[in-house]
Amino acid sequence: MAEGIRARIDLSLNDFRLDVDLNLPGRGVTALFGQSGSGKTTLLRCIAGLQATPDGLISVNGEVWQDERTIVPVHRRALGYVFQEASLFGHLSVRKNLEYGLKRVPLAQRTVAQQDVIELLGIAPLLGRSCGSLSGGERQRVAIARALAVSPRLLLMDEPLASLDVARKQEILPYLERLHDDLDIPVLYVSHSSDEIARLADHVVLLAEGRAVAQGGLHETLSRLDMAGMFADDVGVVIDAVVAQHDDLDHLSRLDFQGGSVWVSRCAESVGQRIRFRIHASDVSLAIHKAEQSSFLNLLACKAIELTNVNPRGQVLVKLDMAGTPLIARITERSRKHLGIAPGRPLWAQIKSVALLH
Amino acid sequence: MGFSAADLGAIWLTLRLATVVTLLLLLIGTPIAWWLAHTRSWLKGPIGAVVALPLVLPPTVLGFYLLLVMGPNGPIGHFTQSMGVGLLPFTFWGLVVASVFYSMPFVVQPIQNAFESIGERPLEVAATLRASPWDRFFSVALPLSRPGFITAAILGFAHTVGEFGVVLMIGGNIPDKTRVVSVQIYDHVEALEYTEAHWLAGTMLIFSFVVLLALYTYNRKTKRA
Repeated sequence: MAEGIRARIDLSLNDFRLDVDLNLPGRGVTALFGQSGSGKTTLLRCIAGLQATPDGLISVNGEVWQDERTIVPVHRRALGYVFQEASLFGHLSVRKNLEYGLKRVPLAQRTVAQQDVIELLGIAPLLGRSCGSLSGGERQRVAIARALAVSPRLLLMDEPLASLDVARKQEILPYLERLHDDLDIPVLYVSHSSDEIARLADHVVLLAEGRAVAQGGLHETLSRLDMAGMFADDVGVVIDAVVAQHDDLDHLSRLDFQGGSVWVSRCAESVGQRIRFRIHASDVSLAIHKAEQSSFLNLLACKAIELTNVNPRGQVLVKLDMAGTPLIARITERSRKHLGIAPGRPLWAQIKSVALLH
Repeated sequence: MGFSAADLGAIWLTLRLATVVTLLLLLIGTPIAWWLAHTRSWLKGPIGAVVALPLVLPPTVLGFYLLLVMGPNGPIGHFTQSMGVGLLPFTFWGLVVASVFYSMPFVVQPIQNAFESIGERPLEVAATLRASPWDRFFSVALPLSRPGFITAAILGFAHTVGEFGVVLMIGGNIPDKTRVVSVQIYDHVEALEYTEAHWLAGTMLIFSFVVLLALYTYNRKTKRA
């Protein structure tokens, strides 16, 4: 069987129908993205086996979980599942919660060391406590550790941050990023927050009304103009770069990426480290000539490749290419006419702000 | 003066009956409660209503039908006779069977409520953590439903101690076999032995009050925790 995650599901529930046939990468983080009611959670539950799917086809990196002949019950699937609410067992201590799944996994199948999980999620100080005494963020960290402790071959996460406030989200995101970097476990991550996806995902599936309307690598998918409506005001691109240089005098750092570089406020990462950043379409303006006398720090040579009208009326999204790296600008229709912007036209992109994702 | 030998025999018999009935009901009632809490079958309504019948029926009605069914011409009577154990009415085990029916709702309903209130989520979590269905029941559903089981056991026990009508119909009034405390009190009063009746009645009153007080205190504590 081929590598990768296969999920073919056609399920009707009352007046909702989920109809997808997905071939997803067998490694990295795949985000299932869409508005509420688009079927993200149902899809995840089907893959886990928590929701029965007659005639479904589910396999994970060569391991068949469901086909015409077999349906592997949930407790025999090598998965980890993180629910929206931490759902810790109230009758068990934090340590017992962590060990609940672990002790049900045969020794030979344990590939993740419990100590690594405890360190990765920073829960060592919580182990002796009772679940009731934990904060929301701490509870979710324990729940993630509990799911990882069973050495899953696939980690399913259903909006693990949705029930937390902004501060708690910021508390957990770094742990999720470490999980991505340190463990070689494929993750399906359900979310309706484009911020979370920009930070965590490698691959994106856009779901709408029970169907997969687009999928692909994070950068290509986020920069597709026809998908702009899905992201509402959050249209923009995500770029992977490397920290190239620090300028401590002006307190700036230079980030290099394929096709250009940007200066940002001095970041904590050291030179050579990988870093991801986001440029919102509304933070990009366009010029025909390079504005030498300007306060803009970041002027990038690029070429218009695609234009599309968007709401509100009079606004245009312009997809740009910077020698291989896509960029999106939101400008007015009047400016477009004034500058004569059309596909193929060389331009200068002026970047108002860059949002580092770390 | 205190209790006579007959009084002590009645107390001992009552405690023995209530203990056996409570243990049997926890065994029988748990699967019924689980089924009622999780089924989507149309039978849920009818079965739930049958379980709840003793809450509203006069004990004499229940006792009358049980007497017929367990009697020499009833189906259970035929069965017990063919098994060589004779007839159940007017024996200790006849009382046990009747009490199991009579106290059923007091055990099934608290357990069913407990199962329903923990919901599906903890069981789903346990399934994703490799626990088989039986494993999930014993390691998650049972411990999380403990307050419901304690309420069920206490109510089942206390209600069996307090029954009178069903006992009279099924058990009659045989010393050390079917003469429980409530019947003994009735006998004392009939014989105008008010002092003896006071001792037993007062003991029952205090017993029932203490049991219910303990139960409500426990429930308040677990709710706060």
